[in-house]
Amino acid sequence: MGKLEHHFYDIGYMDTLAGQDTAVHRLDPRAKLITTMIFIAVVVSFGKYEVSALIPFIFYPVFLLAAGNLPLAYILRRILLVSPFAILVGIFNPILDQNTFMMVGGLSITGGWVSFASILLRFTLTVGAAMTLVAVTGFNAVCMALDKLGAPRFFALQLLFLYRYLFVLVDEAVRMVRARSLRVFDGKGMNITAYGSLLGHLLLRTLNRAQRIHSAMWCRGFDGNIRIMKPFSFGRAEYVFMAGWISLFVAWRLVNFPLWLGAAVAEFMG
Amino acid sequence: MSHHIVEAQDLHFTYPDGTEVLRGISFRITHGESVAIVGANGAGKSTLLLHLNGYLTATSGTIRIGDSPLLRENLKQVRRAVGLVFQDPDDQLFMPTVFDDVAFGPLNMGLPLTEVKTRVKAALETVGAWHLHDRPPYRLSGGEKRAVAIATVLSMSPDIMVMDEPSSNLDPKSRRVLINLLRGFTHTKIIATHDLDMILDLCHRTLVIREGRIIADGLTAEIMRDEELLASSSLEMPPSLRPCPVCGEVNQCRV
Repeated sequence: MGKLEHHFYDIGYMDTLAGQDTAVHRLDPRAKLITTMIFIAVVVSFGKYEVSALIPFIFYPVFLLAAGNLPLAYILRRILLVSPFAILVGIFNPILDQNTFMMVGGLSITGGWVSFASILLRFTLTVGAAMTLVAVTGFNAVCMALDKLGAPRFFALQLLFLYRYLFVLVDEAVRMVRARSLRVFDGKGMNITAYGSLLGHLLLRTLNRAQRIHSAMWCRGFDGNIRIMKPFSFGRAEYVFMAGWISLFVAWRLVNFPLWLGAAVAEFMG
Repeated sequence: MSHHIVEAQDLHFTYPDGTEVLRGISFRITHGESVAIVGANGAGKSTLLLHLNGYLTATSGTIRIGDSPLLRENLKQVRRAVGLVFQDPDDQLFMPTVFDDVAFGPLNMGLPLTEVKTRVKAALETVGAWHLHDRPPYRLSGGEKRAVAIATVLSMSPDIMVMDEPSSNLDPKSRRVLINLLRGFTHTKIIATHDLDMILDLCHRTLVIREGRIIADGLTAEIMRDEELLASSSLEMPPSLRPCPVCGEVNQCRV
């Protein structure tokens, strides 16, 4: 159980990372949000068998990681934690799609395996980019940027609270499960009714706590508007960042650079 | 206009589920007073506190803050004037860093950024927690959390500080630090607590609440010696007033 607890405190570490002060941290959250959304849209737009053309895109999350002074191992661990979802989506492809896609040294590689690899690569890229975005911006600022960019305020607020209350919910759950496991012997009391009532209680407790947190926010003048200290300012750095990355994404989308590079090298050698 | 006076007249409150919690509470607390609210668990202390800044609206009866009754129209001023420190600091600290949390109130008040920064620094320095300003609140110790929770309210420069169990769950040293801190405040203070020893140190006046009614309102020194009254509210005479268990001698009154 300690494990689950640990993972969630680990998510809170994102906020610590977001509190750093590097050049990418200082960029206007809107610039980073738009760039990352375009990044995700472009990555997702590739055909289902595309692998090689996706490779250059790794540079964007890697750049944020390096420039934002983020620990690589931490982000990788986070990606791994949610990876079962992507694996589940693609795991049947190799079985369903048995057409030979290419031959490598006498070994035939089926389309299923290629599309599976493509799904995993896309998953790593998009989730990695989203995570590095949050880690160099902070979740509150991302919500704030959404709001400023014209997303419905209701939606931005929902996201903000979803994130805040996630910790609250997990805290309560961890405490209840701990209390239960201390009174369970030889697997007795692990049945479905016990879980049902546990979940019910969890919901009620969470509602109670959410109510208290809301009252604390209300007492300090919360009126539905998110305000953060960092003033938003769209300047030269933001334009350079956006224009630079977006033109790279477009170029990588139009030209398959690894293939082009391979061909160029072959020509040079040949 | 002075905001420092709190007056309640015949407050009644029933929760939507039908539980009647306040059954006619009246009192008047004047400028600079330091008043304790004591009573058994479930007597209605926390519910009463939530009325003082308008979070809950009485089923009947009125609250006056300063010269004017608490109405929907002046809720904003009242929220600024009455700072409420919650019982569980985890409920009160919800922003990513201590600094953001303390800045939350002033930002919502629409103050300019430089003023917000000055206030946050001053509030955190008052509670001795400036060194924690860039830490996430959930990583702090209980005593640190409490100090920061108080700073989140101080930064709004309230006239009246309302506190729910400020000394609960603190180790003795943190508790002592807190008492000294609160003693330094010139605000009107209203403290709901079971820590009767702290009240002896901080509050000259005490209200005893039982089942939604005030059953005693008087000098702390007198109420704390009335064993019958205390027992009827599930309270005990504070240890510092009890005879010494070894020699049987009774302490001198400290208030």
